[in-house]
Amino acid sequence: MNKTINQKAWFFVIPVFVLVAFNAIIPLMTVVNYAFQETFGNNVFMWEGTRWFKQIMLSERFHASLGRQFLFTFIILFIQIPLGIAIALTMPKEGIGVPVCLVLMSMPLLIPWNVVGAMWNIFALPDIGFLGHSLNALGFDYNFTQQIGDAWFTTILMDVWHWTSLVVLLSYAGLQSIQPAYYQAAEIDGASRWAVFTKIELPKMKKVLTIAILLRFMDSFMIYTEPFVLTGGGPGNATAFLSIDLVKMALGQFDLGPAAAMSLIYFFIVLLVCWVFYTLMMRNEGNQ
Amino acid sequence: MSLELKNVEKKIGLDTHIYSTDLKLEKNTINILLGPTLSGKTTLMQIMAGLDKPTSGEIWFNDKNVTGMKVQKRNVSMVYQQFINYPNFTVYENIASPLKITGVSSDEIKQRVGKVAELLKLSGMLNKKPNELSGGQQQRTALARALVKDSDLILLDEPLANLDFKLREELREELPRLFEDRDCIVVYATTEPSEALLLGGNTATLQEGKVIQYGKTLDVYNKPNSLLSAQVFSDPPMNITKIKKVGDSCSFLDNSVNWKSKINIKDGEYKVGIRPHNITTYKDGNNSLEIKGKVLISELSGSESLIHFTKGNLSWVSLSNGIFQKNVGDEMNLYMNADEFIYFDENERLVTNG
Repeated sequence: MNKTINQKAWFFVIPVFVLVAFNAIIPLMTVVNYAFQETFGNNVFMWEGTRWFKQIMLSERFHASLGRQFLFTFIILFIQIPLGIAIALTMPKEGIGVPVCLVLMSMPLLIPWNVVGAMWNIFALPDIGFLGHSLNALGFDYNFTQQIGDAWFTTILMDVWHWTSLVVLLSYAGLQSIQPAYYQAAEIDGASRWAVFTKIELPKMKKVLTIAILLRFMDSFMIYTEPFVLTGGGPGNATAFLSIDLVKMALGQFDLGPAAAMSLIYFFIVLLVCWVFYTLMMRNEGNQ
Repeated sequence: MSLELKNVEKKIGLDTHIYSTDLKLEKNTINILLGPTLSGKTTLMQIMAGLDKPTSGEIWFNDKNVTGMKVQKRNVSMVYQQFINYPNFTVYENIASPLKITGVSSDEIKQRVGKVAELLKLSGMLNKKPNELSGGQQQRTALARALVKDSDLILLDEPLANLDFKLREELREELPRLFEDRDCIVVYATTEPSEALLLGGNTATLQEGKVIQYGKTLDVYNKPNSLLSAQVFSDPPMNITKIKKVGDSCSFLDNSVNWKSKINIKDGEYKVGIRPHNITTYKDGNNSLEIKGKVLISELSGSESLIHFTKGNLSWVSLSNGIFQKNVGDEMNLYMNADEFIYFDENERLVTNG
C-alpha cells in the first residue's frame, strides 16, 4: 500500500499538544526541575542530583504520613465499598422511590469540599456542635481537636458521609443493568439470595466496582481540603495525610526541593497502585 | 402429563395483559406461542412457569392445581432471548448448576453434563467462561442448562432472536431433535411464522393478550379460524381484499378481476386473505388470475423475489421463487392462485380455505 507523505497532518496534532503541554507537561517539568536542584530564589539553581529523593525516602516524617495515608485510604475503602453496595441493593428498582433515592444520594456529592470540612467542624465541636455535644452528653469523652482517636473517627465519618454516595450510585447503575431474566433464571434454579449476590450481582458489577474502587482510592489518597478544614492535620500531626504534609513542607517551610521530590514520589505511588489494581482486576476479563 | 390453563387472566393496574385464556398442553409436545411483540407470549410463559401469578384463573399440572406454587418446586426450566448464564462459572459449572442445587451425586452430574454437552456440541469448551464464547455457544450453554435437568416443562422465550442469521439457522435446525424422546412439555415463543412451521407440533396464535387459535401447527396455518389468526401466521403480511360472489362467478377490485369458481359458499361479499407466495410472477396452479400491477418496491431475499405493487388503490405483496428484478413504477403481470384464497365472513371468521 502506498501512503502519501503529507507533513501538514502535524497541524492537527498541535492544538492538543499545546493544551496538554500547558496543563500537564510544563507544570510537571517545573516540579521535576525543583526536585533535582537547590534554589535560593532569583532564578539561581544548583544541581543536587538525587539528594532530595534520598532525603524523602529516608525521612521518618514521610514514612509516617505515607503510613497514615494508606491506613486512612484502606479504612474508608473497607467501609465505603461494602456499605455502598449494601445501600444500592436496598434501593427501589422502579417507581417514585427511584428518583427520590437518587437525589438524596447525590446531595453530599454536590457540596464543595471546604464546605463539607467546615460543616463537620462545626457539627463535631465538643461544646456547641450537635455531634460533639451529644456524644459528650451521652458520657463519651469526645474531643476531636484534642484526641487522636476522635480526630480519626471524625475524619473517617466525614469521608464516609461525603463519598459513600458515589459508590452507591455506581453500584446502583451496575445493578440496574442486570437483565431481569438473570434473576428469573436463578429463581428457577432455586438459588439462594446469597448465591444470587455472589454468582450474579457481584460478577455483573465487577466493572463498575473497579471504577468505584479506583476513584475512591485516588480521591482519598489525595485528600486535602476536608481534613485541612476539619482538623488542620492535628492534633499534632495525627491527621496530616500526604498532601497536607506536602503543602506544609512546600509552602510552610518553603523546602521546595524536598517537596518537589515528594510530589513526584507521591505521583508515582498513585500511578503504580492504580495500574497494579486495574491490571489485577481486568486480568481475567474476556474480550467482550 | 399435561399443563392446563383454566380461565387464566392477568391484569397489571388497569391494563389487561392476558385476557381469559383456556389452554391444554399435552405431554411430549412442542407448543409454539406465535405472535408479534407485546402480544403476551412472555407473560403467558411466566404464568405457566410460576414466575408470575395470574390475577384470576388456575393452572393445573398433572391434574394437580399448581396456581401460586413457587417456581423452584415446579421442575421447570427456561431459556431466554438474552443469553443467561452465570458469568463467572465455566460452561461445565453453568450446565451443572441446576443439578448441584438439587443435590445430585457428582458422578451423575458429570455423566449427565457430558451427555447434554455432546448433544449441543459444547464438549470442547466445557472449561471456558461464557464471555469467551460466541453468542451461539452462549445460547447453547443456556439450552444445555435447561435440558440437563429433565424438567417437566421447558419454556423457550424467543431463544434465537438475538443470534445472527447463520447461527440462528444452524440452531433452529437442531432444535426439533433436542426435544425428541423427552418426557416433557415444550413451550416455544416466537414472532416468526417460519419458525413455527419448522418446529411443527402445536401452535397458538396470539394477539394483544388473547389466544386466537390453538391447534396442530399445520391446521392453524391452513385453516386459520379468523383473519387475525391468519395475519399473525403470515410473513410477509397477508394480502386482504373484498370479493363478490354471484352464482359461480367471483370478482374483486370493482369487477376488474373476474373468475369462475366452483367454491361452495353462499352468494355475497367476503374478505379473502391471499398469502404472498400465492401471488407470483408466473402461473401457478390451475386457477390463475392475471392482474396488472405497478411495482412499488422490489427486493431479493436469497433466491426469492419480494415485489410490493399497487393495484386498484391497494398495496399488495407478492413472493416468487427465482430472481425477478423490476424497477419502481414498472407495470407488470402477476398471477394469483385462486385455489389458495382463504375466505372470511364480515366478522372476519373463517368461511372456507378454498
